[in-house]
Amino acid sequence: MTSHHAIEAENLVKHFGETVAVDGVSFVVPQGTVLGLLGPNGAGKTTTVRMMTTLTAPTSGTARVAGHDVLTDPAAVRRSMGLTGQAATVDELLTGRENLRLIGQLYGLDAGYIKRAGDELLERFSLAEAGDRIAKTYSGGMRRRLDLAVSLIATPPVLFLDEPTTGLDPRSRVELWEVLRELVADGTTLLLTTQYLEEADQLADNIVVIDRGTVIAEGTPLQLKDQSGAAAQVVTVSHAGDLERAEALIRPHVREVHVDAGARQLTAPAEGLGHMTKVAGLFDESAIVLDDIGLKRPSLDDVFLHLTGHRAEDTAPDADEELVS
Amino acid sequence: MTTTLERPQIRETGLLGQSLAIARRNFIHIKRMPEMLMDVTIQPVMFVLLFAYVFGSSIDVPIDGGYKAFLLPGIMAQTVAFSSFIVAVGLTADLEKGIVDRMRSLPINPAAVLVGRSFSSVAHSSIGLVVMSLTGLAIGWRIHTNILEALLGYLLLVGWAFAMIWVGILVGSAMRSVEAVNGVMFATMFPVTFLANTFAPTDGMPSWLRFVAEWNPISSLTQAVRVLWGNDYQLAEGAAFPMHHPIPFTLGWIVLLTATLAPLAIRTFKKRTAD
Repeated sequence: MTSHHAIEAENLVKHFGETVAVDGVSFVVPQGTVLGLLGPNGAGKTTTVRMMTTLTAPTSGTARVAGHDVLTDPAAVRRSMGLTGQAATVDELLTGRENLRLIGQLYGLDAGYIKRAGDELLERFSLAEAGDRIAKTYSGGMRRRLDLAVSLIATPPVLFLDEPTTGLDPRSRVELWEVLRELVADGTTLLLTTQYLEEADQLADNIVVIDRGTVIAEGTPLQLKDQSGAAAQVVTVSHAGDLERAEALIRPHVREVHVDAGARQLTAPAEGLGHMTKVAGLFDESAIVLDDIGLKRPSLDDVFLHLTGHRAEDTAPDADEELVS
Repeated sequence: MTTTLERPQIRETGLLGQSLAIARRNFIHIKRMPEMLMDVTIQPVMFVLLFAYVFGSSIDVPIDGGYKAFLLPGIMAQTVAFSSFIVAVGLTADLEKGIVDRMRSLPINPAAVLVGRSFSSVAHSSIGLVVMSLTGLAIGWRIHTNILEALLGYLLLVGWAFAMIWVGILVGSAMRSVEAVNGVMFATMFPVTFLANTFAPTDGMPSWLRFVAEWNPISSLTQAVRVLWGNDYQLAEGAAFPMHHPIPFTLGWIVLLTATLAPLAIRTFKKRTAD
């Protein structure tokens, strides 16, 4: 088979007794790209990953990783991929180096290689100094990085990451994103599940949105944003007192206008850059002072709400609020 | 703009190599947390001393070395029975923490997770046997037979430890937390190892209790080891059938337990990890 897709999911279905966890999920991930599998808690993300990584058998359907079928050649799939599970599955009583050595040995790598590659990975993930300390003493971010390093000891061409940054503080999260970008630049194909829209937006070339076990949308982050409606032009005035005059000023020139007094903002549907320049011109000739005028694309949050009728992060921890991009 | 990753050579390692790598990891755990060995060191030594000196004076056994010599094979049988405990706790912890999933996602024989755990568990029990033998020697226990029978006695104990691994895998796969494992194992293994000839002669028990105790598989093991080491004495009148043939009974129990528990344990483990 000469497939250029690193990962292919073909109508994956998984039942647990009466419960349908995954109900016909299909997608492809081209080599060297990042797919974000996005969905709220319980959407079926982890089960989908477990089927693709041979940990659990699909009720029906199949998946291929690096061209190998999970049903007919699970051993070849395991040789071609690395998996970082939802919990950082490092051995707490082993040092960073010993964790790397154990997994390296299980892959059947020779001792010299494990030593070299292990040192390199520790260096790369800023764990060089902590390498001889037991993992129990590591911070959450360090554990995640070690977990990832361990998954990379055999340089798998395909990497599955199940909620790699859940529970991390914003700084560790941004650091981990950096590491993941480097991996992709080196040619690794990445599939990551996340409930953070921000994360999918930051990392993924393509996004598959799943909810209640089915794919409800897919595309690039940009395409998804476009799907949920047009962009808007937003005018922010400096003084709340000007708001009414500003509204009167632009009303004849736009299809509709929404006033947000608290934010001192007027929002109107975007009608192209030329039109916005015209609107900006109106203010030039008036005495109204503006803080800002610009185009606003819908966020992936808006997209999610639009697609599912509920917010993605109902269950997400507060840490997300502090997220900086 | 896909660059080709340079991949290292992945060798076939085989079940044995993989299991040893996993067992080595468990040994590192012991090195880091020596208190993990308490169940085969301090605890049985404490039992030996407590029983030998607290009860020993009131239990009269007509053999060389007295009650202490009688007690030692019993404590050893109890310790190897408890090896199931070690397996169960370790396995549940690994399942809970996702370590088992991590291993299963690697290109290894899925059985290596269990075999590796078994290796380290038997090594663990063997440390206990050495510690107890030394304690026994210090307080007057001796083996009175030849080296062959002495070794056969130890071999039966180690064989028993192997059979108990399946109990451990079964309980470890069925339980959802280490605390639950502790609860189940305490509630079963203590009565099973005490309701036997391990710590007191059975001839003084009420007849129904004596019947239960003498048919208890642990009693066969204890009696077999006592016979092989010359720590036994003339069976009392009315001893149950297994007490007359403890060695074949012990071998039979090892085979029977393994044959029935192994498929059950493997099925439970697979079911647990397949979801």
